[in-house]
Amino acid sequence: MALVGYLIRRLLTGIIVVWLVATITFFLFFARPVYTVARQIAGHAATPQVIQEAINNLGLNKPIMTQYWHFLNDLVHGNLGYSYYTGESVDTMLRQDLPPTISLVIGGTILWLIVGLAVGVISATRARSVFDRVASVGVLIGLSMPAFVIGELLIGYVFQPLYSHGFHFFNTGYAGITSGISPFFGHMILPWITLATIQAAVYTRLSRGQLLETLGEDYIRTARSKGLSERRVIFRHGVRAALTPVLSQLGVDMGQLLGGVVVVETVFGLGGIGQISVEAVDQDNLPVIIGFVIIAAIFVVIANIVVDLLYAALDPRVRIT
Amino acid sequence: MSAFTEARFEAHEAEEASGIPQPSQVQGRTQWQLTWMRLRSDKVSMIALVVIVIMIILAIAAPAIASLTGHAVNTAYPVNGENADGNPVPPGTNGFILGTDSTGRDLLVRILYGARISLFVGIVTTLIATLLGVGVGLMAGYFGGIIDTVLARFTDAVLAFPYIVLALALAAVFGPSLTIIVVMITFFSWAGIARIVRGQTLSIKEKEYIEAARSLGAGPFRIMFFDILPNLLAPVLVVATLYIPNAVVFESTLSYLTLGIQAPTPSWGNMLSDAQNFYQVAWWYLVFPAVALLITTLAFNLLGDGIRDAMDPRTERLIAARRLRRRVRRSTIKRENKEALESLAVGGTRAETGKKG
Amino acid sequence: MATANDTDGDVLVRVENVVKYFPVKAGGFLRHTVGQVHAVDDVSLVIERGKTLGLVGETGSGKSTLARCVAGLIPVTSGRVFLNGTDISRLSRSAMRPLRREVQMIFQDPYSSLNPRRRVGAIIGDPFAIHKTATGAERKRMVQELMERVGLNPEHFNRFPAEFSGGQRQRIGVARALALRPKLIICDEPVSALDVSIQAQVLNLLSDLQTEYGLSYLFIAHDLEVVRHVSDKVAVMYLGRIGEAAPADALYGQPRHPYTVALLSAAPAADPDAAAARQRIILTGDVPSPIDPPAGCRFHPRCPKAEDICRRVEPPLVTHEDSDLDPARTAVGTDGQPLEEAGPGVPGIPGGEAHVTACHFPVQPGESLASASAATIAAERESA
Repeated sequence: MALVGYLIRRLLTGIIVVWLVATITFFLFFARPVYTVARQIAGHAATPQVIQEAINNLGLNKPIMTQYWHFLNDLVHGNLGYSYYTGESVDTMLRQDLPPTISLVIGGTILWLIVGLAVGVISATRARSVFDRVASVGVLIGLSMPAFVIGELLIGYVFQPLYSHGFHFFNTGYAGITSGISPFFGHMILPWITLATIQAAVYTRLSRGQLLETLGEDYIRTARSKGLSERRVIFRHGVRAALTPVLSQLGVDMGQLLGGVVVVETVFGLGGIGQISVEAVDQDNLPVIIGFVIIAAIFVVIANIVVDLLYAALDPRVRIT
Repeated sequence: MSAFTEARFEAHEAEEASGIPQPSQVQGRTQWQLTWMRLRSDKVSMIALVVIVIMIILAIAAPAIASLTGHAVNTAYPVNGENADGNPVPPGTNGFILGTDSTGRDLLVRILYGARISLFVGIVTTLIATLLGVGVGLMAGYFGGIIDTVLARFTDAVLAFPYIVLALALAAVFGPSLTIIVVMITFFSWAGIARIVRGQTLSIKEKEYIEAARSLGAGPFRIMFFDILPNLLAPVLVVATLYIPNAVVFESTLSYLTLGIQAPTPSWGNMLSDAQNFYQVAWWYLVFPAVALLITTLAFNLLGDGIRDAMDPRTERLIAARRLRRRVRRSTIKRENKEALESLAVGGTRAETGKKG
Repeated sequence: MATANDTDGDVLVRVENVVKYFPVKAGGFLRHTVGQVHAVDDVSLVIERGKTLGLVGETGSGKSTLARCVAGLIPVTSGRVFLNGTDISRLSRSAMRPLRREVQMIFQDPYSSLNPRRRVGAIIGDPFAIHKTATGAERKRMVQELMERVGLNPEHFNRFPAEFSGGQRQRIGVARALALRPKLIICDEPVSALDVSIQAQVLNLLSDLQTEYGLSYLFIAHDLEVVRHVSDKVAVMYLGRIGEAAPADALYGQPRHPYTVALLSAAPAADPDAAAARQRIILTGDVPSPIDPPAGCRFHPRCPKAEDICRRVEPPLVTHEDSDLDPARTAVGTDGQPLEEAGPGVPGIPGGEAHVTACHFPVQPGESLASASAATIAAERESA
């Protein structure tokens, strides 16, 4: 029952955080001189009449607190406003563009966790071997490369040559699961690899270091002397203890992850909410940006709660206070 | 001089006369001298350092190189710089050493100007972030209590914050610019440094010489500056060196997303963004900026790792053990004996690590 | 010497009923106090000008904590500390600052009491910088004078602590403490971490300095022989209280508290014959935790002479007239024979001329505790 109380407390804090984020973003955008806001929305080439129209249509000349109140009200009802560019409702837009983002996040996270931990664990158990050395070079390169460079290189030297030789499995853009398993994977594999590479490098290094340290501890020696097989020792005892710092790093990395998502979507043209928001900046499409900010906040909050629960499940020393 | 001192000096002179090496004859080396000696023997780090220096020199000399080639950085040369289809020309054509970009501008010159931006952003943001991070970390660690709680929580919040969200919002409100980039990257860099500094401060605070300083009547700021800070310089240097490539990558990512440096000013990020559309006809437009970026970040990462290893006195034992093992392996001793010797070498290392310094 | 006159010319430091508890906290976010560590529990003493008060005790006896209370490094829970008549236990940090020139400390560990990243000249020059008494060339000159005075080569003032031996580092600490010509130097186990041959050098240095500058020392140690060598007066601490205190010769010649007797019997003696003739008193049990000290006399769980009253009533720290110590009246009786307590005695203050003891049944001259302790051990073995 302590668990339920904990969950409720975290959810409440999470709601406060999301509210704070929405408020700050709103004021950041709209608490400027009315004319500036309107001109930004109407575009640089707009005539004064167009700008005045914008002010009237969007209610920009109302007192800021009234605008804020409307904003909050709409928000609670799930209405994020309307795109200045296309006029369609932002929530519809976001809902349409969510699937690519979710596919990318889930697939990418699974890939990086598996690769990162596997390489890290193997490197640790075979420290200083050829595998370890090659892996550390790979890690170094992975850490030094920005995601978009990896993506571009993959497109230019994997996708492009294969495609022009008739191998049409890989593709840029997005194809949902509904179009079929093969197209789905064909479109997603390269983006997954791109997203995963950098994070995998970080986690390889982290898990390798943690596991090496843990394997040196006394209770591991006890397990070995009990006669347990080496594999059992490593997995049962070593990995479990090494996982906890990895998990806590995961919580912090949610912020980095979002950035990676936006970049990968842009490189591969996946059309997810990340890419849409970047385009919205170009278009000065403020409601879309606000929508993305709020969704991002919700995502980070939920992700952190999940990570904390996993952490508590893994490490019995942590009491949920 | 009291009789006591006289006697001592007599003894000292007698020792010197006997030929035993005296403390005054043995060269005392500072921590920095030792670190530099170890670093010098690390080939990889030295190469990285040389690469960085070359990069910096080239970046500073960018305008000179531009006039040497006769191509200005933002000027398009449609006559020489584009082929019949209006596409970029390959490296080596018409005096374009690395070829041209999508509008016929000299790629080499643009890459060098991009280096100026990347290096400037990387170094300046890291410098400011280090100052901020050290300040915050020191105060949080030393004062403890409510100050620590507030500062530490704030640091954690900044660390976990999704940078992209702020980048988008700021770019939307203020429009992208170099100042915004510098502010933003600094904002996201100081927290990592602050966290490390805080941890180090917490452990240094408990040392006896800090208590001694307090017993002398030193105030908190004097202690933080004169007693704690000198002990922080080493780890801070390592962290800062490793944050520079982060800042470079950060800037190029933002520029790639058009949230950073805007065209026509060249930044490796926005160049790579444009290159995406031309990789089929102009591989050099994609490859060369990418290589420049990679070399820079790789060099800083290697140098940072090298400095960290050079500062760790345990590295010397590891190097010595490695040398010993290699010699054993290459020798002609019987196999079983070799294994025994090798494991001794490893065991020796561990035993030595257990010894107190 | 138990005078209430604060301006007594001979007394430099007066400690009055000082108590220092450290809270033990538990709980996660809202930490609350679940207990107290009774580090120092009602201690009074005086330190006379130009004299050395030795403070002896095991780990956990509270001697280091008491030292820091006297130095003004930690606030006292209750009680008062007077330095030259001024109450320093309640002063603010800024008011305390000028008084720091009067009291300095030398620390135990020569390896961690000096900042490894600072040059020795800077370390010794710190007091001048902090109190703004000398700058530039003059500061350098004074630092070098100090170095010479403590036996270091003044040309080495640009070196780092790592380039000096343990004994030399301790001299650096002494130079630093001496810089502002304090009146009191608190030495917290200054030679415990040094080799025996070096110990003598440092102790001689301290002794020379005391004569030359009229310093007072509060000398803390756990090694009795060292303390005997340097101290004019000695106080023995146990679990936060003073068990016995007397002028050095009196304490070593005629120890009255069973704990003191046991300590002395365990100390190595230089003369092998005397060592063989000596009978070891073996104390049973461990030192109890200062969080929950025993009721009554704190030493009673380990004392071979403990009787029922010892378990209930805390013995006062008093002088015992020789007539009270009639062997016939206060025979040791662990076999159930009735004991008579020592008479009321005159209250005395540690650090003065009186020989005070906190014990209901002080040890008599000529009394052997060995048989009593052996009997106690045998009794425990039987009942176990």
